[in-house]
Amino acid sequence: MTQIELRGIEKFFGAVQVIHNLNLAIADNEFIVLLGQSGCGKTTTLRAIAGLETIDQGDILIDGKAVQHLKAADRDIAMVFQSFSLYPHMTVFENIAFPLRATRMSSGEVDKSVREIARVLWITDLLDKRPSALSGGDMQRVAIGRALVRRPKAMLMDEPIGALDAKLREEMRAEIKRLHVKQGSTTIYVTHDQIEAMSLADRIVIMHEGFIQQVGTPDEVYSHPANLFVAQFVGSPVMNIAEASVTDQAGAATVTVGDAAAGFEFPRALLSKLNGHAANGGLTLGIRPEGVLVRRDAAPGYLPVEAHIIEPLGSFDIVDLQVGSKMLRARTKAGYVSGPGEKVHARIDPEQAHFFDTASGKSLGVRL
Amino acid sequence: MAAVRTSSEIVLNRAAIVAVLIATLIFLAPIYWIASTAFKPKDLAVSVPPTVLFQPEVTPFVRLFTKRVQMQKTVDPQAYEAAPWWEKRIYDGGERVLKVGTDVQLSQYPDRFTNSLIVAIVSTVLAVGMGTFTAYGFSRFKIAGEADLLFFILSTRMLPPVVVAIPMFLMYRAVGLNDSHIGLIILYVAFNLSFSVWLMKGFMDEIPKEYEEAALVDGYTRMQAFFKIVLPEAATGIAATAVFCFITAWNEYAFALIMTNRRAQTAPPFIPSQIGSGLPDWTTIAAGTFLFLLPVAIFTFLLRNHLLRGVTFGAIRK
Repeated sequence: MTQIELRGIEKFFGAVQVIHNLNLAIADNEFIVLLGQSGCGKTTTLRAIAGLETIDQGDILIDGKAVQHLKAADRDIAMVFQSFSLYPHMTVFENIAFPLRATRMSSGEVDKSVREIARVLWITDLLDKRPSALSGGDMQRVAIGRALVRRPKAMLMDEPIGALDAKLREEMRAEIKRLHVKQGSTTIYVTHDQIEAMSLADRIVIMHEGFIQQVGTPDEVYSHPANLFVAQFVGSPVMNIAEASVTDQAGAATVTVGDAAAGFEFPRALLSKLNGHAANGGLTLGIRPEGVLVRRDAAPGYLPVEAHIIEPLGSFDIVDLQVGSKMLRARTKAGYVSGPGEKVHARIDPEQAHFFDTASGKSLGVRL
Repeated sequence: MAAVRTSSEIVLNRAAIVAVLIATLIFLAPIYWIASTAFKPKDLAVSVPPTVLFQPEVTPFVRLFTKRVQMQKTVDPQAYEAAPWWEKRIYDGGERVLKVGTDVQLSQYPDRFTNSLIVAIVSTVLAVGMGTFTAYGFSRFKIAGEADLLFFILSTRMLPPVVVAIPMFLMYRAVGLNDSHIGLIILYVAFNLSFSVWLMKGFMDEIPKEYEEAALVDGYTRMQAFFKIVLPEAATGIAATAVFCFITAWNEYAFALIMTNRRAQTAPPFIPSQIGSGLPDWTTIAAGTFLFLLPVAIFTFLLRNHLLRGVTFGAIRK
């Protein structure tokens, strides 16, 4: 049982404020991912929880107890670093046993614990090797083993698989997930990779410039981004963002993207939900490529558009469609649009459309 | 051979080997000269042209370690017969070994050599130890005026030692540190410390700080992390720094000459003092020099693996 709570955390590096009034409650056994670009404060937050960084304001509570004044060693938290930080002069066994040697555990118990964790991580046959003889993935397994071996209150992971190549990252991602399900411990995981975040997290905390932008399940941040930053940061390919205007035409709402001649049809309910935002401008439409529906032949509600660049991505294509002076990226079946210049028809799926206030970037929370 | 090599590559390779051999011969020539002279009979030491092939003998070493006087008359045949082989060699040279009763009087060389060992080892341990701690501090913590402090430490090396030798001597005499081991050790530590700090800082900077952070999170204090993680990781750097400090302290001549004369005198100023008056005995001096070369050679040889990695380690950025 480990709950972690951050209350009003502020952190300065000199005159620069890197964390602004950060509040976050993490439940027992939860897998939390701090997601953001480099410099957003996610690693600093993690290091503050670990006790490697002091905070200037606020409380860090572990199981209700304030720990911000405790040394790292006294917080009973384990951390996995991006660089793995395996000690080159020790064998894999000694590396994993290292945290246990700080306790008064007998060598027999140490041996048992190390072998137990090695078995879980499938690295039993590596125990006598030195870290330099290991592959990147195995190094990471050892580093995770070292973190897990003393059954800490919480696991902190700072881009643990960021240094691996793409294929191995995918493997390790699955393995970290498997371990979390199996071992179960409160985990805080820092990454800039939104795919890692989506696939691992119970809840994602998206940070930008020291502020939390949104906290939510992967589905929430993907389907209901709180603001333009989250909308564009989460999801690949990136969400289409365009200034739009909404008019009331013949019993339906029409959403016009930028300076396009014609608009996309939306249910009339949009007008009331936008609550006047449509009239005074400053409205931004966000639509993911899969929300842009493409047909070869004309159909009601579909606008004629011209295809520009086509990016084949294997199982699907990303097609740039010219709408007015804007490009709208659509996701189509592979080869559906044969080539640049082809005339096709497109529609925006109202259910997948997001509306933001242009000035503040905040989502207007419109769900159709 | 799996690798395909062109004939020009082979020629270049052979040329490189020859060049290295020639360079090695040039560098080893003085050492051969000293080493061979240490085993030569007296008259061959100064022969022109130099003798290359000769019957080696250890008489110079016997002379090096004993106190002797010129004999006024020829040796008593009975005494000659009773003497051990090494004493006969001395008699052969027209000298006799000084004795108190039956105890052979040793020369000052063993004492001077021991002094050298004491001063060099203690000063190296202190300089490297203090340098390692200091470098760790500079490397890991934000220190106000860090750059200025480091420059200050380096600036102690900017004056040639001889410039400060006289004032140092007067100061040392005033506080009674002249001709003492501790005085010489303090001097050498002060001299080597700047070097040690700078070199070790380079090595410390190369050790990722995540190593200690991992240890800190895993329940260790910073001190424990330093001894369990940083020191083993820095072993290479420590070895390299130790070799350099040891060589500097071992070879130091100017301060040793000025600051010491009897009790704490080290080998470097002692060896040339044996030249004395009259005809210099080069073979005995060469024997002393030859033995003096050995500790550095052994020390460097023992640490050769560390050294090879060590001197390149700090220079290459990953």
